[in-house]
Formats: sequence, structure tokens, C-alpha cells
Amino acid sequence: MATQILIIVFLPLAAAIIAGLGNRALGNTIAKSLTTGALFVSAALSWPIFFGFLNGTANAEVVPVLQWVQSGDMSFDWALRVDALTAVMLVVINTVSALVHLYSWGYMEEDPAQPRFFAYLSLFTFAMLMLVTADNLVQMFFGWEGVGLASYLLIGFWFHKPSANAAAMKAFVVNRVGDLGFMLGIFGTFLVFQTTSIPEIIDAAPAMSGSSITFVGMRLYTMDILCILLFIGAMGKSAQLGLHTWLPDAMEGPTPVSALIHAATMVTAGVFMLCRLSPMFETAPTALAIVTVVGAATCFFAATIGTTQWDIKRVIAYSTCSQLGYMFFAAGVGAYGVAMFHLFTHAFFKALLFLGAGSVIHAMHHEQDMRYYGGLRKAIPFTFWAMMAGTLAITGVGVLYVFGFAGFYSKDAILEAAWARGTGLSQFAFWAGAIAALLTSFYSWRLMFLTFWGTPRWIESEHIQHAVHHDEDDAQNAAPARLEDASQKGPHSVPDPETGKGTGGYKPHESPASMLIPLGILTLGAVFAGYIFKYPFIDSTLMGSDAQGFWGSSIFFNDDLVHALHDVPLWVKLTATIAMIAGFAGAVYAYILKPALPGAFVAKFPRLHDFVYNKWYFDELYHRIFVRPAFWFGRQFWKLGDIGTIDRFGPNGIAAVVNRGSAAARSIQSGYLYTYALIMLLGLIAAVTYVLL
Amino acid sequence: MTGMGGIGIEHYLVVGAILFVLGVLGIFLNRKNVIVILMAVELILLAVNINLVAFSAFMQDLVGQIFAMMVLTVAAAEAAIGLAILVIYYRGRGTIAVDDVNRMKG
Repeated sequence: MATQILIIVFLPLAAAIIAGLGNRALGNTIAKSLTTGALFVSAALSWPIFFGFLNGTANAEVVPVLQWVQSGDMSFDWALRVDALTAVMLVVINTVSALVHLYSWGYMEEDPAQPRFFAYLSLFTFAMLMLVTADNLVQMFFGWEGVGLASYLLIGFWFHKPSANAAAMKAFVVNRVGDLGFMLGIFGTFLVFQTTSIPEIIDAAPAMSGSSITFVGMRLYTMDILCILLFIGAMGKSAQLGLHTWLPDAMEGPTPVSALIHAATMVTAGVFMLCRLSPMFETAPTALAIVTVVGAATCFFAATIGTTQWDIKRVIAYSTCSQLGYMFFAAGVGAYGVAMFHLFTHAFFKALLFLGAGSVIHAMHHEQDMRYYGGLRKAIPFTFWAMMAGTLAITGVGVLYVFGFAGFYSKDAILEAAWARGTGLSQFAFWAGAIAALLTSFYSWRLMFLTFWGTPRWIESEHIQHAVHHDEDDAQNAAPARLEDASQKGPHSVPDPETGKGTGGYKPHESPASMLIPLGILTLGAVFAGYIFKYPFIDSTLMGSDAQGFWGSSIFFNDDLVHALHDVPLWVKLTATIAMIAGFAGAVYAYILKPALPGAFVAKFPRLHDFVYNKWYFDELYHRIFVRPAFWFGRQFWKLGDIGTIDRFGPNGIAAVVNRGSAAARSIQSGYLYTYALIMLLGLIAAVTYVLL
Repeated sequence: MTGMGGIGIEHYLVVGAILFVLGVLGIFLNRKNVIVILMAVELILLAVNINLVAFSAFMQDLVGQIFAMMVLTVAAAEAAIGLAILVIYYRGRGTIAVDDVNRMKG
């Protein structure tokens, strides 16, 4: 297994380096083949490891790579830790990453900088793999920052778009806030435990339970404060309420990036970290309570916003945010296996939804606004069925004890676990989750109905008009259609209405095979992942050869909770399904039967709609509280500090002195011989006088 | 050197000093013509020569007179080169008026 894991982790790095440095010298095809090939190898090697843990033949092990830091008491190495938890993440990361690489062949086909894109994707995968194989907190932090960097680079991939740059910076800066918490958590952990090694921390954690420490002048429980700091890091990376604002903006990046980084893998790093450190969090009840509340609040909050957005990618982004909330409150109530299960199934159906949305955007010539979709069911049938599978999975369609799509098992298990936990906060999480399930179903079906049902509303889209015109132009000068047409809008004239009602004469095209194959594979995942992997993930003890079951010692496993989870009343088990049906019925009523209803509703409750549509005014609030003061401070330092002091007395001051001095010296240079002679004479006299006296 | 009547070393030195000052003033006060500057330089050199010769005779040391011959030679060469430069300069600029010669101005 040692060789396998080394290949899995470092092959994407090698591919990223070669494709990134080779860039144009390699050419598109070689760079793309190299990175995609590397990822498929990694993915192929990951599954046997995962299956090894599933049937109990594999054992957790740590593969040392290099010595890293050796300084006094502090020592940690580069090492790759492989256990059941890592194996799950390996499978998720490498499979989705490989499929996204393949998908990008089609999606990014017309982009001028493809080697760079693929190198970034592979670099991201490497950083993510370092994160999940970390054996100590510092290496985890390395991966943590690595994925942040790759995320920044990929959000801002189309760097000529100011909005993409702004979104990339926002993602980076908001993540810094979380990272500060994470770093303080690591420092604190080292302070308390004298080590950064995760197994050692976990071993020592129970003994520290109940001890207290002074932090910012307050006496607090050691474990609580450490876990809260670490959780702040997780909140930043996983876009939880308060630090979530970067995720919707991150949709400025290309769609495959959204699928890989902002849905399936990177944003789940926070959940992974919580599970990895679950024995530590178990010693910190206050921290877990905070995790539960934040997770449940995010879950509900993001779902409400998702119901009002028009941009297809933003709807899915808020959906991701909401689903991450589910995972967090699952972890918060102690059901780490269930949280990981939802992470696992979510990776498949959310990547599927994003890639499906990318396929729709591709078909609709980069139009992302669902108001200009409609009636696409017949035009792009394969994408439609893939999106349908994703929607069935995320809304949790299934029949109890028979069969369900992926989300059915994981979301139900989360709600059951929250109920089974039985505390007041977990009750709150249960109801927030149930309402969010209703909203999830509503916005998911709203997305489907607006996109695939109804009559085409394409004619009003500038992108579509542009595309229609472009085709006419093409006939004349055969110029290839460029990607990112949004930035080059020309004058539009409405095409002949006779060519088609509402279509504007535009004919959507189904995506190429390179995009449809990943959709197909992910569809399988979205349909079957829940059904197949339900037992090992949730009922760890029922499977596997040894007593500890699938998870082994990789996460804290609460047997009592799992038993309680199965014994919840029937109505609890059916809650998610009922919520799903209610949301579906609402969406059918509002978007199929009575299409005028949403508009009427908005007209009747404009305040409520504005509040939700504007994302609860979080961006405005942060703008007021943080961004503007920061700008003000920046301007003060710039105008008064830099320009007013340093520049004035520093470089500019010296330059001015030199300038004035040389101006004076220049005026002596009259150019007349006799002046020079006079000065020489005066100099001579002075010299002689000096010598004589 | 006796038997020179009332003319002593100081007279020579005075003449030399007068010639030197004339030469210096000739350089600074002259606004007409570069040739005058050359001539003024010659005057300065001659003033120095008079001093050298006077001291040489007075101290009965021939070195001073030999040195004066050297100075004369150098002055002749310098005058020749200076005049040659002036000719070239005049061809190029069409004037040798001192006030027009200021191309070295910074």
C-alpha cells in the first residue's frame, strides 16, 4: 500500500508541475492527456484501497515520506496516513477530480490557456490529497493552504474579468479569517499537548477534558477553546454561516472548478477535519454545541437563499452551502460516520449537478440565468436525465426499506441522528434540517422546472442573441466562436421572430462525449452510492471483519447513537421524505401549474423577498463593518503613511535634494571658457593660500 | 649679476606680475574673440618666462633659462594647436566670438 499511496498523492503533483511549467511548449493535447491520465491512475489506485477497508483486509498505516521540522520539542515529518477516513476521501477526490479533468476537455475546449487550467486542477488535487493524508496538523495546514491557493487561482482563472478577480480575492481573504482560527488552534494544540501529531493529540485529549486555560483574559475549558478555534478554520473552508460569503462568488470560476473544488472536495475539508479530530471534539461539548448550531443555521439559511436566486450556478452553490450545514450538524451531534456518508454521497450528486449545469450553460452559449432557459428537456436529453438523477439524489427521493437515491440515505440518517441525540440543540438542528429539506426540494425542482420545462425563453438572453449573430458572422469570416463571450457584447438586434417562438432561432446543442461520460458515471454514483455504501458508513459495526468495523479507529464512533438512530419513531424517518414531497409539490404548483404565483408572491411580500434575494444582506453588512473600514485604514496608510511620510522624506525627499543640488551645480556650468578659467584660478588661489598659511 | 644699474630682480618681477595680471584679465574681461584668449594665455606664459629668466640670471642657475626655453616651445605648440582648433571651429560654427562659444553648458 505504501507505493500505491505515494503514487496516488504525488502523480498529480508531477503532472501539475510538468503541465504547468511546460505550458505552451507542451501544447494543449499533451498537457491535458498528462494531467487527466495521472488523475485516472490515481483514481484507479484509490478504489482498491477503499474496498480493502470495506471488506476489512486493509489496515491503517502511516507511510513516512521526508523529515520536515526538527526543532527542540517540536518535530514533525511529511507522512501519508491511510485509514478508512482517508480512503473515503481518496476515492471522492480522485474520482471526481479525474471526471472533472475529462469533463474539462469538452468544457474548456475553446479556452486559450488550457495547460494552465489543467495544471491548476492537478495542483489542487495534490494539495487536497496532502490534506486528507496528513498525519499531523501542520501537514494538514499545508494541504489546507494549498487547496486555498488552487481555489484562488482557479476562481480567478479568467483573470481578465474584474468580477472573477474580485471573487478570487474575496475567497482568499475570507478564508484567511478562518485560517487564523485554524492556526491559533494548531498553536494552542501544540502549547497544550507539545505535539502536532494527530494520533498523539487524540490519545492525550481525554485526559485534558475539564482542564482550563486562560485565553484573552478569560478562564475557559482547554478542549473547548482549542476545538472552537479549529472549527473556525473549518467554517472558513466549508463556507459556514458567517464565513460563507465567498462561496457563491466563487462561481465566477469555470464550472468544472465549481464542481470539483466548490462542491465535491475542498469545501468538505472542514467536515473532514472535524471527523479526523472527532475524538478530540468529543471531549469538547461546548464546541460541539456550536458546531451543531452553526451547521443547522447554515443549512436553513443557505436553503432559503437558494429558492430565490436566478443564476443556475448560484442556486447550486447555496445548495452546497446548505448541504455542508447538514454535514456539520451531523458531526455536531456526534454522528461522524453519517457526516462522512453525506460528504461521500454529496460529492457525487453535487458534482453531477454542477457538471450538468455546466453542460446546460455550454448548450445555452454561456447563459447562466435561468429566466432565459425553459423547455430544454428535448434539446439536451442526456444532460436532462443526468440533472434529473442529481436532483432526485439531492432531494432524497426514496422509499423506506426499498430503494432510494444517494441523498435519501445520507440526509435521512442525519435527521435521524439529530433526533436520536435528544438534546435541545439537536432538536433545533433536526427541525432546521427538516425545513431545509423542504426548501432543498423546492429550489432543486424550481431549477429543473425553470430549465427543462415550460416554453423556451431564450430570445431575451443577450448570450443567445449574440450566438445567433455569431453564427451568421461565422458564415462570412469563419471566425471561431470564442469562450467567455460575456465580456464582448456587441450591439444586439432582435432576430426574426418567425424562426421560432421564444427560441430566437437558437438551437441548443448537446455537449460532446468528454462531457457526457463524466455525467454518466456520476449519475451512477448519485443513484447507487447511498444504497451500496449505507451499511459500512452508518452501521460501521455491522460490516467488516474486525470488531471495530469499517471506520476502525479513524473516527470517533458512537455505537449508542447508531442504535438510537435506528430506533427513532417512524414519523422521524419519514420527515425528510414528507418535506421532500412538500417541496416538490410546492415547486410543481408554483412553476408548472401556476407560473404567475412566484411573481405574485414577490409582489405581495417584497420585503421578505428582498431580504432573502439579497442573501440576508450579509455582503452589505460585511461591506459596512469590515470592508469599508479596511479600505479607510488602507487609504490612511497609503495617503498619510506611505505617500505623506515614507515617500515624502524617503525616496522623493532624497531625489528632491539631489535635484535641487544638481540644478544649482548646473547653473555654474555656463559653457563659457572664461568662467571655467576663473573658477580654476579661484581654486588655485584657494589651494595656494591654504598651503602657504 | 652686478652692474645692472638700478634695475634689480624686483623690477623684473613687477613686469612679470603686470604681464600676468594683464593675461588673466585678458581671459576674463575679453568678450570678443577666442584668439584674444589664446594671446592672453601667451602673455601669462611670457610673464612666467620673465620670472624664470630673471631668477635664473639672478641666482646664476641656467636651469631656469632652459626651463624658459621649454615653456616657449610648449607655448608655440599650444598656440599652433589652439589656432588649428579655432580654424576648425570657425568652419563648423561660423563664429569665434567668445560669447557664442558655450557648447559646454550643462
